[in-house]
Amino acid sequence: MVAQKQYKVIGTRPIRHDGTDKVTGRAQYGADVHLTGMLLARVKRSPHAHAIIKKIDASKALALPGVKAVVTNADFPRPKEGASTADEGPPQPWRFMVQNFMAENKALYRGHAVAAVAATDAHIAEDALALIDVEYEVLPTVVDVREAMAEDAPILHDDLFTKDSTPLADAPSKASNIAAHNQINRGDVQAGFAEADIVLEREFTTKMYHQGYIEPHNATAHWGRDGRLTVWNSSQAPFNMRDSLSNILEIPAHKVTVVPMEIGGGFGGKVGMYLEPLAALLSKRTGKPVKMTMTREEVFEATGPTSGTYVRVKIGAKNDGTLTALQAYMAYEAGAFPGSPVGGGMHSLAAPYNIPNVLLDGYDVVLNKPKTAAYRAPGAPAGEFPGDAVINEIADMIGMDQIEIRLKNAVKEGDEQPWGGTWGPIGAIECLQAMKNSPHYKSELQGENTGRSIAMGYWGNIGLETSSSASVNADGSVNLVLGSVDIGGSRPALAMQLAETLGITAEDVWPRVVDTDSVGFTFFTAGSRTAFAGGWAAYELGLEIRRQMTARAARIWECGEDEVTYDDDGILHGPKDSEGKDREMTFKELAGQLTRTGGIIDVSVNINKSSVGPSFAGHIADVEVDRETGKVQVTRYTATQDVGTAIHPSYVEGQIHGGVAQGVGMALTEEYHYDPEGRMQNSTYLDYRMPTALDLPMIETILVEVPNPGHPYGVRGVGEVCIVPPLGAVQGAIAEAIGVRFTDLPIQPQDVIDALYDD
Amino acid sequence: MSERIVITATINGEQHEFLADTRDSLLEALRDRVGLTGAKEGCNNGNCGACAVIMDGRLVNSCCVLAAEVAGAELETIEGVAGEAELHPIQQAFLEEAALQCGICTPGFIMSSKALLEQNPNPTEYEIRFWLSGNLCRCTGYDKIIRAVQRAGEVMRG
Repeated sequence: MVAQKQYKVIGTRPIRHDGTDKVTGRAQYGADVHLTGMLLARVKRSPHAHAIIKKIDASKALALPGVKAVVTNADFPRPKEGASTADEGPPQPWRFMVQNFMAENKALYRGHAVAAVAATDAHIAEDALALIDVEYEVLPTVVDVREAMAEDAPILHDDLFTKDSTPLADAPSKASNIAAHNQINRGDVQAGFAEADIVLEREFTTKMYHQGYIEPHNATAHWGRDGRLTVWNSSQAPFNMRDSLSNILEIPAHKVTVVPMEIGGGFGGKVGMYLEPLAALLSKRTGKPVKMTMTREEVFEATGPTSGTYVRVKIGAKNDGTLTALQAYMAYEAGAFPGSPVGGGMHSLAAPYNIPNVLLDGYDVVLNKPKTAAYRAPGAPAGEFPGDAVINEIADMIGMDQIEIRLKNAVKEGDEQPWGGTWGPIGAIECLQAMKNSPHYKSELQGENTGRSIAMGYWGNIGLETSSSASVNADGSVNLVLGSVDIGGSRPALAMQLAETLGITAEDVWPRVVDTDSVGFTFFTAGSRTAFAGGWAAYELGLEIRRQMTARAARIWECGEDEVTYDDDGILHGPKDSEGKDREMTFKELAGQLTRTGGIIDVSVNINKSSVGPSFAGHIADVEVDRETGKVQVTRYTATQDVGTAIHPSYVEGQIHGGVAQGVGMALTEEYHYDPEGRMQNSTYLDYRMPTALDLPMIETILVEVPNPGHPYGVRGVGEVCIVPPLGAVQGAIAEAIGVRFTDLPIQPQDVIDALYDD
Repeated sequence: MSERIVITATINGEQHEFLADTRDSLLEALRDRVGLTGAKEGCNNGNCGACAVIMDGRLVNSCCVLAAEVAGAELETIEGVAGEAELHPIQQAFLEEAALQCGICTPGFIMSSKALLEQNPNPTEYEIRFWLSGNLCRCTGYDKIIRAVQRAGEVMRG
């Protein structure tokens, strides 16, 4: 492990700045917004998963006392050509973005918005929904990814033709549900399989999963009579949303303000836009502020869960554990519009191991389900799980330890990436060693029907653009202005990086998340980018404040700037005075003199860095299987992760805990149940079944710190990779416990019973 | 359909009189009629616990209680938990243990934890997990929440 630089603030655990408001109920989330004269609005949604919308008649609804306006797709400006890059994932044509938040001539999934109604009261708006008559022509439905790819499948979009980036692809002659086909290709897989002693081929599926954030989507909009639009919401992407609203509603960007309220979870699912344009248009129609909140059912049926997947993987290995070839066919559901995260799945499957011959084919497939959105390491859990499953199976076949087989093949700095490029400093091997040396792995597994297994995780993380500003107050405290929404503790993480740079305490910095008028463009809070990019911005703000403080001290001491030094404790040292005494001033002392010596210090920066540090993780799961009920209980869990530098270790651990919980949900209990007509059967929390406090043990975390050389404080993203390994670790542990290698997730009690008592 | 009624109840020690729709849940009445937005709506069907409040000494999901039912009741919400000058030990423990990330579920967890610790000052880990299994958190994996409740219990036991 690389020796760590000693920091004074980084690595400590201060109380988060926004904590008191959040434990006292004072924090204002999107649904807490209340404006004078506000109307409440609801969305009329399609009960059919695939249907032509023949007619919408809102006259009865409009006649209901208290109803003020109804809008449909026809009320929006026609979408412009080209694509938006506002979402995490491939660019999305504007027409698809508009068609998703309000169906145009076809409903493409159950829950697809067809109209929105604003009224003086929430109950009246709800009553009005039943009075909007929509005439549908119901079409055949497809809700399985392989069926959607079949020649005779119902086609969702007449104008969607496969974008095939592979070398020998023919130009498509007809519309298809396969939106895209991409490849990662290195070496010669046939030669690699020929060289192998064992070749294993397995098929895997995962279901559609929801991010499950506890706060439903919400938006409040006010379209002023001066033509200015203000939107208050709980979004991961206020600036991206401002620009999307500007494009879609045809208003200049400076006339749109998005005010980010506190956000009650997102995990990628609150990057996209659902209610905001509807609330905006209803406000324009009525001249009043309009507030919308989704029900939990709407969140499940009509926001952006992650892809259901089908993955066929073939792997070759020698008897000594050397992996020789990896091939996979990966089909990911995009939902009703293109843009599944199959690319993330392909990269994560191929990343952790040096396999000379790799051929991965990824397919992005539309079908009659809600359009998928980013979900924590988008695409990676379903992509990497099959790899872990076959490697664990090979390890068992050749009698090799699950960690040893990975150590034999794991990537390290200087190795070539399967997609071209070279690995920088990474922590894959360090995570494997941390697992091997952990108290958990060294412990004896106790009891019957128990099993233990491990799995790896990879996620690339992203950098992108961040703006930030800071000003020094007369008492030496500092205000830090952020464009990044704080979804899980980024305020302290960024304040701490500024404090470290300045040599002051985390408590001396007050971080505030501001609206889109009050700081420059800042990309979304997603992709594990905020502590990286926001931290870098804070560092540069700190450097500039130091430079100006140094210059100011030189002016006060009437010496050259090069004669002043600024030390790590925030103390400025100058040349000796006329009496031969050392001259020094603390940050606070100098701050008190700023106004009288030229003015306060107020700085701003914009950064756009691509030197992100990829993340690796390795997890160990113990399970116990109840042979009578089929229930699988996770009894012990350890997560190792290369976190680069842990800025606030408590919140780094917290990110890992949360990722593990979601990954365990994917492995064991969560799924969208659809009937053949595309109706979700379990759109409540109780039936969707996320892990509760009773379903999980304490989660042991081991923070491996391999600093990212592409960041001043070595930061890598930490939020996403932790959701990847639980699927393979839990599936593998069940295999060790009862000898059944499940290939379809989640592994529900009934699946266990069916597998144990086949006859 | 829509009918308004006057409701009088004691909320956080103070008597409140407010007008509510007969169809309002207690959660809607607290948030939209009284202006106490600390209780959150996560599911509106009793699955998630984000709206938990204490009604006449009993923990309830306020989304599953009708506003009309609270006439004459004593209610305690998250807004009433802290003292005038300092936080309640449970709130302090949540901060010190970093037991929240996004914070939307936190008011519900604090109300549930308070109800637990008031009737069982020294619960086992399993008892805490069992009691809090009606509160969903999607950010923390519960680990730090359990530790916070254990720590708060220690402080409250003195």
